[in-house]
Amino acid sequence: MSDDLLMAPTGSAHPDDFVRIADVVKIFGDTVAVQSVSLSVRRQEIFALLGSSGCGKSTLLRMLAGFEEPTSGRIYLDNEDITALPPYRRPVNMMFQSYALFPHMTVESNVAFGLKQEGVPANEIHERVFEALDLVQMAGYSRRKPQQLSGGQQQRVALARSLVKRPKLLLLDEPMSALDKQIRQKTQIELTRILEQVGVTCIMVTHDQEEAMTMADRLAVMSEGQIVQCGSPQEVYTFPNCRFVAGFIGSTNFFDGVISVDEPDHVLIESDQLARPLYVNHGVSEPLGMNVHVSIRPENIRVQREQPELDYNWAHGMVNHVAWMGSYVRYQIRLDSGLVIEASVPALMLTQDDAPGLDEEVYACWASGTATVLPS
Amino acid sequence: MIQSSRSLRAAVLFLGYGFLYVPIVCLMAFSFNDSPMMTSWTGFSWRWYHSLFNDQALLSAAWLSLRIALLTATAATIIGTWAGYVLARMGRFRGFALYVGMLSAPLVIPEVVLGIALLLMFVELGDLFGWPSGNGIFTIWVGHVTLCMAYVAVVIQSRIRDLDRSLEEAALDLGATPLKVFFSITLPLIAPALAAAWLLAFTLSLDDVVIASFLSGPGYTTLPLEVFSRVRLGVKPEINALASIFIVVVGICVLVANRIQRRKESI
Amino acid sequence: MSRQSLARFAPSRRTLAIVPPFVWLGLFLLLPFLLVLKISFADLKFGIPPYTSLAEIKDQTLTIGLHLRTYALLFTDSLYIATYLNSVKMAAITTLCCGLIGYPMAYYIARSRPAQRNLLLLAVILPFWTSLLLRVYAWVGILRNDGLLNHVLMWLGLIGSPVEIYRTDLAVYIGLVYAYLPFFILPLYANLVKMDLRLLEAAHDLGARPWRVFFSITLPLSMPGVVAGAMLVFIPTVGEYVIPEMLGGANTLMMGRVMWNEFFNNADWPMASAVTCVMVLLLLIPLVLFQYSQVRQLDDGRKGAA
Repeated sequence: MSDDLLMAPTGSAHPDDFVRIADVVKIFGDTVAVQSVSLSVRRQEIFALLGSSGCGKSTLLRMLAGFEEPTSGRIYLDNEDITALPPYRRPVNMMFQSYALFPHMTVESNVAFGLKQEGVPANEIHERVFEALDLVQMAGYSRRKPQQLSGGQQQRVALARSLVKRPKLLLLDEPMSALDKQIRQKTQIELTRILEQVGVTCIMVTHDQEEAMTMADRLAVMSEGQIVQCGSPQEVYTFPNCRFVAGFIGSTNFFDGVISVDEPDHVLIESDQLARPLYVNHGVSEPLGMNVHVSIRPENIRVQREQPELDYNWAHGMVNHVAWMGSYVRYQIRLDSGLVIEASVPALMLTQDDAPGLDEEVYACWASGTATVLPS
Repeated sequence: MIQSSRSLRAAVLFLGYGFLYVPIVCLMAFSFNDSPMMTSWTGFSWRWYHSLFNDQALLSAAWLSLRIALLTATAATIIGTWAGYVLARMGRFRGFALYVGMLSAPLVIPEVVLGIALLLMFVELGDLFGWPSGNGIFTIWVGHVTLCMAYVAVVIQSRIRDLDRSLEEAALDLGATPLKVFFSITLPLIAPALAAAWLLAFTLSLDDVVIASFLSGPGYTTLPLEVFSRVRLGVKPEINALASIFIVVVGICVLVANRIQRRKESI
Repeated sequence: MSRQSLARFAPSRRTLAIVPPFVWLGLFLLLPFLLVLKISFADLKFGIPPYTSLAEIKDQTLTIGLHLRTYALLFTDSLYIATYLNSVKMAAITTLCCGLIGYPMAYYIARSRPAQRNLLLLAVILPFWTSLLLRVYAWVGILRNDGLLNHVLMWLGLIGSPVEIYRTDLAVYIGLVYAYLPFFILPLYANLVKMDLRLLEAAHDLGARPWRVFFSITLPLSMPGVVAGAMLVFIPTVGEYVIPEMLGGANTLMMGRVMWNEFFNNADWPMASAVTCVMVLLLLIPLVLFQYSQVRQLDDGRKGAA
């Protein structure tokens, strides 16, 4: 047991820290899959590791489960060092991407398997198995074999199987990847509800940022074996700390420029891609003359026919493409500088007669508090 | 769908299967021939079957071969499955190449080589330790198991490689020790391959001439040895009868096995 | 403390899991071969065992002698060299014939509709599972001078007197091809049936005619299956004993027969051992190739599963 945990870049050590990953490194041959990752997850929290394939999130998950051993670093669960424990001795259970339901056993036997390994008496097994199946609403399918179930049903059985042992930590490996897009949203919400009901601490791995945003209390964005940013979905979305995160979560427009005015309460950024400077209504840590990126989300850009009155935060261009998405309209505008930007305008604000159409000249403008300045 | 030439296909298959089955059909047809010659049909007769079932030498040889084959198949399946599992799941360990080499050797080296080597070893052992004191069931069994386990290992190892690793990982995750995982997850899932491997070992043992020649002793004549010594001298109609029975039995087994497999796949 | 340090020397669970099959192979494969090597350097003597031992302790001195008679004879007597070359030649021709007959068969079976395919495959598997000895024996009855083939040919009036096939090289070829044909068809079939037909359709779509498609796409892609089948036919055929013995003539020289004769007929165990050693050495090249492909397959399988 060690309390000398260094201050994780993910925030200060919290008394509620249940899972602690301390400087974990994993090297396969020549490749460094995970580069000194440190992370804390709180009790009963749903935490997401978000990143594209090859970023190291799956390797990290497998180390939590016990299928890989870290090259260096330690993993603590409920103040117990589990780094060297084999998977069958850890109070950790995992729901696999392919569900990994045993095809030669019925649903009931599948769920009971883990309890049998513990030596739980038969009648208690029966009780707990059906308790878990009721939780996922699959009690009526106890006699079926996995091949006879649909993808969604298999997922629920897999969830029941991993929850029935009441693990201290539940791991989810790309939980929605095997499901059709249409039922994904509904399942995300349902799954979250079940997890919160059970109150289990959960770490999930996904490449789908929408999934992470929907399900997780906090998330960490990973790239090339490292954690780039960690925080609540809202924090990471609104205050990305670098260009990668800004572009990875949601969509955004990037402008490259140089800080021309640097004051404690505002900065001006000059860009070749815009005729007028960008005005940001707060101070930034980057110094004068520094090259920066500015990220502005499409939903913060207004599209109008009239020229705005201010000297900054707008650009002139021509509508390249209009897509009516139902609840919003997506505009692609080619600015005079040649840069193409995206704007999302809520349908509430436009009627089809009003809205600027293809090849029309428009002005794109945005409020001074909606731009995020990111280091280059 | 690319249309291949219909007539070319028919010709190839007709000739190919004809080549494969002409001897088999001849054997079966002439086992009912009244004449001992395989040339002219003199009449339908069961006499060769009668003399087959009265042939003590053949029958006791058959019984010996069956027993050895059963023992061989079981032992070869156990050891071969073990070896196959190691190859498929234990990753690269020190001596991996040697392991693979020793396991592939019986598959490709001529059986005469294996027979000589084993006989020499048993002779030397007998000389040094007084055991084995002579060739018999044990020595034949050892030779057959060594040969067959290589085949079993190939079959099992390729089946385990195809097995979804996440099933075994899930079992580990749920608290089963690696040994438990092997017996409750891996083995049941490869059961059809185990059966196929067992049958393969059984057949190889039952049919072996060369190794049995080197490793059998006086009084321990296997069926193939008996058949071989007889047919060196020419055509023997009882052997036709034996062959026909063999073909029918194997044919039934193959059809039944196929039926079972098809039914399993359609579930 | 001492228990902990001793535990370092106890075999790990993993070692215990790996070693046992190794033990069997070491005892009943490696050891015998080392023994064969040793005996090949021994000399003939009467008695049991009919060879001398290499090491002798006399007058407190240990002398180890290696008799080179056997190897000298092997490399000087042209019989052995001729036999080996003939064995390789016969194995190569057999493999070629198996390929010429087996490839089209495997191809058409693999391209059949599923229902037919199953039946056709069964029809190949049935001979495969039936006793080799008995099936080859059938050819004895067919190929003899007074056998079925000659009888039919004479009855049809195609020949006047019996054609001598039994106890010639031709009979051995027929027997070898017949016996090993399923060994070529089955691995090749496994490869062809897994082939992605969409590749062929794409080629077709791009304007290639059927024969072109076959030579540029199907054939190259099926090479691993062809090689596997060829190895499974060639290597065992070099050392075949039963078939040449049953169907071949006195001058059908094959290594299997030579080794057998040295052992049983001449009772020259050192000689038989020497022939065996050289045989294994010469087979080492295809053996290593085979093993390399096996190990590579295992690696690919592991990478694929990872």
